[in-house]
Amino acid sequence: MASASNTPETPNAQAAGSSAPDGEPLLAVHGLTKLFPVGGGPFRKPSSFIHAVDDVTFRLGHGESLGLVGESGCGKTTVGKLLVKLLEPTGGEILFRFAGDSAGAATEAPWDSAAISGRLLRSCGRRVQMIFQDPYASMNPRRTIYDIISEPLSVQGMGDVQYRVDRVLEILTLVGLTPAGGFLFRHPHELSGGQRQRVAIARALVIRPSFVVADEPTSMLDVSSRTGVMSLMQDLATELGVAYLYVTHDLAVARYMCHRIAVMYSGKVVELAETEELLRNPLHPYTKALLSAVPVPDPGHRRQLPDIRGDLGTPIDPPSRCRFHERCPAATEHCLDHPHPPMEEKTPGHLVACYEV
Amino acid sequence: MNTSGPVAPIPTPEFGVEIGRGRVRFVLARLRLMWRSFRNGWGIFMESRMGRLSLFTIIAFALMAAAHPILMAFVWDPATYDPVTGYSFDQVEQPAPPSWKHPLGTDPLGRDVLSQLLFSTRSEFVLGITAALVTVGIATFVGAVAAYYGRLVDSFFMRLADLIIALPAISLLIVLSALFHLNLFYLALIIGVLGGFGGTAIILKSQALSIKVKPFIEAARVAGGGDFHIIFVHIIPHLLPLALLYMMFTVTSAIFAEAVLSFLGLLDLRMSWGIMIHTANTGGYLLGGTRYWWLIVPAGASITLLCSAFYLAGRALDEVVNPRLRQRND
Repeated sequence: MASASNTPETPNAQAAGSSAPDGEPLLAVHGLTKLFPVGGGPFRKPSSFIHAVDDVTFRLGHGESLGLVGESGCGKTTVGKLLVKLLEPTGGEILFRFAGDSAGAATEAPWDSAAISGRLLRSCGRRVQMIFQDPYASMNPRRTIYDIISEPLSVQGMGDVQYRVDRVLEILTLVGLTPAGGFLFRHPHELSGGQRQRVAIARALVIRPSFVVADEPTSMLDVSSRTGVMSLMQDLATELGVAYLYVTHDLAVARYMCHRIAVMYSGKVVELAETEELLRNPLHPYTKALLSAVPVPDPGHRRQLPDIRGDLGTPIDPPSRCRFHERCPAATEHCLDHPHPPMEEKTPGHLVACYEV
Repeated sequence: MNTSGPVAPIPTPEFGVEIGRGRVRFVLARLRLMWRSFRNGWGIFMESRMGRLSLFTIIAFALMAAAHPILMAFVWDPATYDPVTGYSFDQVEQPAPPSWKHPLGTDPLGRDVLSQLLFSTRSEFVLGITAALVTVGIATFVGAVAAYYGRLVDSFFMRLADLIIALPAISLLIVLSALFHLNLFYLALIIGVLGGFGGTAIILKSQALSIKVKPFIEAARVAGGGDFHIIFVHIIPHLLPLALLYMMFTVTSAIFAEAVLSFLGLLDLRMSWGIMIHTANTGGYLLGGTRYWWLIVPAGASITLLCSAFYLAGRALDEVVNPRLRQRND
């Protein structure tokens, strides 16, 4: 797994890739694919498929945070939803391997989240949670903060009321909503955006998950509460040993939050490396273009326009060659004739899907 | 950890800081929350003139229903004033116009009209409320389930609803009353089932569809909630205000349907407002113009008033449920 990066920008980089005792990663995603049918009905086969997520492979260590960046519609949120079982994958496997829990029921073999249902899914829910993008819409407006945070506990039948109240008070204090007792019987609309997102974090963390998918948790917040929420998430990650999959389109946020970054383009991961390595030495032409679009706080700066043509190609039944081919400045005849390039390790820990690198 | 930027000013905690320790206080805090939201809704309801008017009318009819057994026990002689078997011997001819002894006169069979009117009020309430509860119970469940599961379940219930809407309800009830002995309870049940699987289900389903796609449903599923949990904890509570509204409208249609069927003499009831008009009709007094007004007006006005009171109550509740409808007085 990723070794520690010692740059000052990633504050808790020392936790990077801290694996389970047996050295296995927490999460191994292999060939994950999600196709959405277009058209079709109960008696008609769909005419074509949207390739939302196409053959995505990555690994994530215990306590590590991986950033998933890319433009709108590239499939990053779909990956997140597949991991928490909000969507059924079309193909591929999602393997979790959790460290033994207090009940001693350590998962012996890595198990396939894609093939799990019913009771096992519930125990999966104990270890995998999600923080949603919109702190306004992701909470039932009729329920109190206590109801919202204790929901994972109550639907999974953990503890009695007193136990749940204690846990909720504890987690409220942990996310900085104090005095915790004053928040229990408030409704979401009585809270500010930053406070609500803290409640959302509390809900995700109250059952002590090993892995949390954070779907742009700061994009709806104003800039001043954004840093607060981000540093809170980092503090909790080290304190509770949570691994994050951090879905975002903001490279600055990803740099601040993540040990490693995976760049997605049109359903494919095109580049995956440690944060600083990726930002300083981008190899894939798309990553280079993405980085050149980051604003530079210098009025004299002359932006070098990236040599990217056209628009994002259609994700409906794309041709089997490289997805980026039409827009790529480095494309050659070889790219035209061959399937989408596989992820190859160009330098240690730096994977790129491109024939021309 | 306390690094969030602008934290909204927190209103002074209404329940104190210590809530959550001890189960009794926990439950109490929850009850107080429910009471608070009820009080808010009540305030909005009473602000509207429709709400006050409808509530006043409904309470007046409820008092009438309650008054009848008391009057029968303490004031009125059952032999004279029984709504079905009584007979007023001291009138020269029946129907007799209103007098001190019979404030609303007597009917063609010599029975006291006021006694009949008061006696019938209770069964109208029972009928209306039973039908409304059955309707709303079925419609809420069907709507939520159809919206949540979609596909085949949805198609089935929606086509069933189309079918029921396509059937003219009154004609169907006439056929059913010819086949079975319909008493008040069965009538309420039939009206309730027809309403519950019919139009009300479609309306509640469309509301449930808009709830189903909200992110908090996804959040509940990530938390580990099953279908049952999501339907009953997250979808149905959002349907209840609308369901309450349609409950009011169902009361109206149930009372109206009863009046129609009784007037046609198709119901197995002892006495009702519809039967009172039916009696006047079979005696040939209905077409006599306003001369025998006391045979028609009390029952007819009661049907109209109670139906419109429930309808207006529904409209006023609509304002509670739908903030957009509220009039701004400022």
